[in-house]
Amino acid sequence: MFRSLLFIPGNNPSMIQNADVFNSDGIIFDLEDSVDINEKDNARNLVNNYLSSANNYPSLVVLRVNPIDTEFFKKDIELIKTKKINYILLPKTTMDALNVLEEMLYDIEVKFDLDTVKVIALVESAKSIIQIFKIAKHCRVEAILLGAEDLCNDLEIDRSNEGNEILFARSRVIYACASNNIISIDTPNTNIDDELLLREDCLNAKNLGMKAKSSIHPSQLEIINEVFSPSKKEIIWAKRVLEAVEKNIGKGAFSLDGKMIDKPIILKAQKIIQKANKYNME
Amino acid sequence: MINSVNRFIPDNLIAYQGSDEYKNKKRILIDKKQKQLKTVFLNSIEEAFDLYNIKSEMCLSFHHHLRNGDFVIQKVCEVIKERDLKNLHFAPSSIFPSYTNIVDLIKTGNITDIHTNYLNGPVAKTISEGNLSGKLIMNTHGGRARLIESGDLKINIAFIACPVVDKLGNGTGSYGKSACGTLGYAISDLEYADVVILVTDTIVEKIEHKQIDGSYVDAVIQINQIGDSNGIISGTTKLTKDPIGLKIAKECSMILKELGVIKNGFSMQTGAGKTSLAVVKYIRDIMIEDGIKGSFASGGITASYVQMLEENLFDKLYDVQCFDLEAVESYHKNKNHLAMSASQYGNPFENNTVASRLSFVVLGAAEIDLDFNVNVTTDSMGYLIGGSGGHADIAHEADLTIVISPLIKSRIPLIKDEVMTVTTPGCDIDMLITERGIAINPNRLDLLEKLKNSHFPLVSIKELYDITHKITGVPKKILKSSEIIGYVEYRDGSFIDCIYKI
Repeated sequence: MFRSLLFIPGNNPSMIQNADVFNSDGIIFDLEDSVDINEKDNARNLVNNYLSSANNYPSLVVLRVNPIDTEFFKKDIELIKTKKINYILLPKTTMDALNVLEEMLYDIEVKFDLDTVKVIALVESAKSIIQIFKIAKHCRVEAILLGAEDLCNDLEIDRSNEGNEILFARSRVIYACASNNIISIDTPNTNIDDELLLREDCLNAKNLGMKAKSSIHPSQLEIINEVFSPSKKEIIWAKRVLEAVEKNIGKGAFSLDGKMIDKPIILKAQKIIQKANKYNME
Repeated sequence: MINSVNRFIPDNLIAYQGSDEYKNKKRILIDKKQKQLKTVFLNSIEEAFDLYNIKSEMCLSFHHHLRNGDFVIQKVCEVIKERDLKNLHFAPSSIFPSYTNIVDLIKTGNITDIHTNYLNGPVAKTISEGNLSGKLIMNTHGGRARLIESGDLKINIAFIACPVVDKLGNGTGSYGKSACGTLGYAISDLEYADVVILVTDTIVEKIEHKQIDGSYVDAVIQINQIGDSNGIISGTTKLTKDPIGLKIAKECSMILKELGVIKNGFSMQTGAGKTSLAVVKYIRDIMIEDGIKGSFASGGITASYVQMLEENLFDKLYDVQCFDLEAVESYHKNKNHLAMSASQYGNPFENNTVASRLSFVVLGAAEIDLDFNVNVTTDSMGYLIGGSGGHADIAHEADLTIVISPLIKSRIPLIKDEVMTVTTPGCDIDMLITERGIAINPNRLDLLEKLKNSHFPLVSIKELYDITHKITGVPKKILKSSEIIGYVEYRDGSFIDCIYKI
């Protein structure tokens, strides 16, 4: 369970040094788009050194590797040997790419006796959106992240603040994830100076059913965490529901404030409290 | 001898013995200067030198309200150079990088001694390198007011850059082509200097709301321009985007909320840096969300505080110097934006100072040591980079004093075994907030008790020190030279540390 993932360029030592202090539920160490092609080896070495020698790590470590058809991919994947990586973020995920990654991860895991590394599928092409229900079923995949910028390039359309152009893709991600009990992660908002826009974007995604959002700057984390956390009002409501459940043991359904409480409502309340506990909310 | 923060102080000086020691001393006040019946209007600085027989070995004072945009001190230096006056004692309230003429006068022995509250730039560098033949004394803002009123610092001639002057010699900084806002640091000089000379570029018939009382003014000199208002802009007008700075600022605001000090009627002061502005922004958010109205904010005032005054989040602003042009404008038009003198701000012997009424202050540090002593005077190599300003004044007087800083600055650890120079004693620092934890001064048992069950990452300052060294390694100790070039004078007149030649 997480609400926020922060991208940190793999060639930015000051950001990497402080990776564990940002208020992000997880950090994505990026070896792909934010790293210039001439910096790929340096970035990989820097991230490798950090993962091999730091004293404290983020609670979730994600590594965005380069695409499978690049010369960098194999070397990037080798970083799982540090045993600090929780997820590989696979760019331009398709079923073919996922199968290649699966094979390579399996070989390294067996050879070096490593725990299974999970995968976050980055879907950012029309093909990946079409294949998304198969991707979501893959045994390695625990979350899907929508990459709207590349997707829009693929579709030759512009991004907008409202996001109508990605409604279909967002919906596909959400339904694929929800039906497979994995986490849907919304595309980052690239306008880092507009807090109102970010909030609206987060609310829009959350109301559609996204469970988390990625970010490209730490200043976005506060709003993302706030929006994707249960509100105070929701927590109070959930506590009251669960208290009422205790008082109505044996009843399939009962009433609270004139509204029917049954299993789906109780499950919703339980999820809210579970999240509130996870994120140290009152 | 060794003082109470474990620093060597020469035997001929009074060693610092604690920040409350001044309470055992009596306030000394010399007579204020005699009021003038008539103010003389002059056409040039040279004319004033002739009329008042300004000569070698005199003490000349200046204020710094035009900050890096001040032209007056530069012009006076030109006349000194021309006349080759020797062994002068300069007492500007601060020295900024644009005051380059001072460098030449130091090197040629025209200026031999300096009292100031803050300095950086070329003058700081040349003094650090040992070119001042006499001594540099670094005071606090409140301490400077005390020093002047007690006669410990005798000013012969006070040159006061004053944006607008009227025919009676009254002055104000609130408007004019070189407007700089309040003139709080010049008030002691005005009242106690032997001769007071206003230097202006704008003379009007009558000033309605005077800051400078013309009856203390001996002469007015009109020149073409006394400064550039844009040069007063301090720090930044924009919040930090540095993620570590934002995290620290947020943590600071949340801990203030947790402690319950952001409540109706509270008062506060912060610095003007990017991270401080972020603290102010987060506090503003809390005030709006919780419907809180403070009594006042003080200090060098910035646009952030002006906005909060206009939003009715504070009753008043107390302003000793304006840090940006929004503050200058606000001081001119808003009756609740009030000027205060340095004495009213932080003189330890003044009754009911603004500093003493502060609920909390949020300050910076170049270095802090395991005893919470703070250095804002020199960098880790010993070069002069600033000075107390009001740091030590408000740190002592406020109910709660918080230092915020990242643990690592350009790969140099913030926390030292011993700071290079003690500016503010650790007994007056209650809390250090960093990106990796919060250290509370063990003397503040009340704060420890209040926060012991909170979610804040409380650690000891030694733990923060160890955490930093795990990242940076242990830096090699920088050894000081043995040559003393100046002293850090605590606000009560005792000496808290020496400054050594690089």
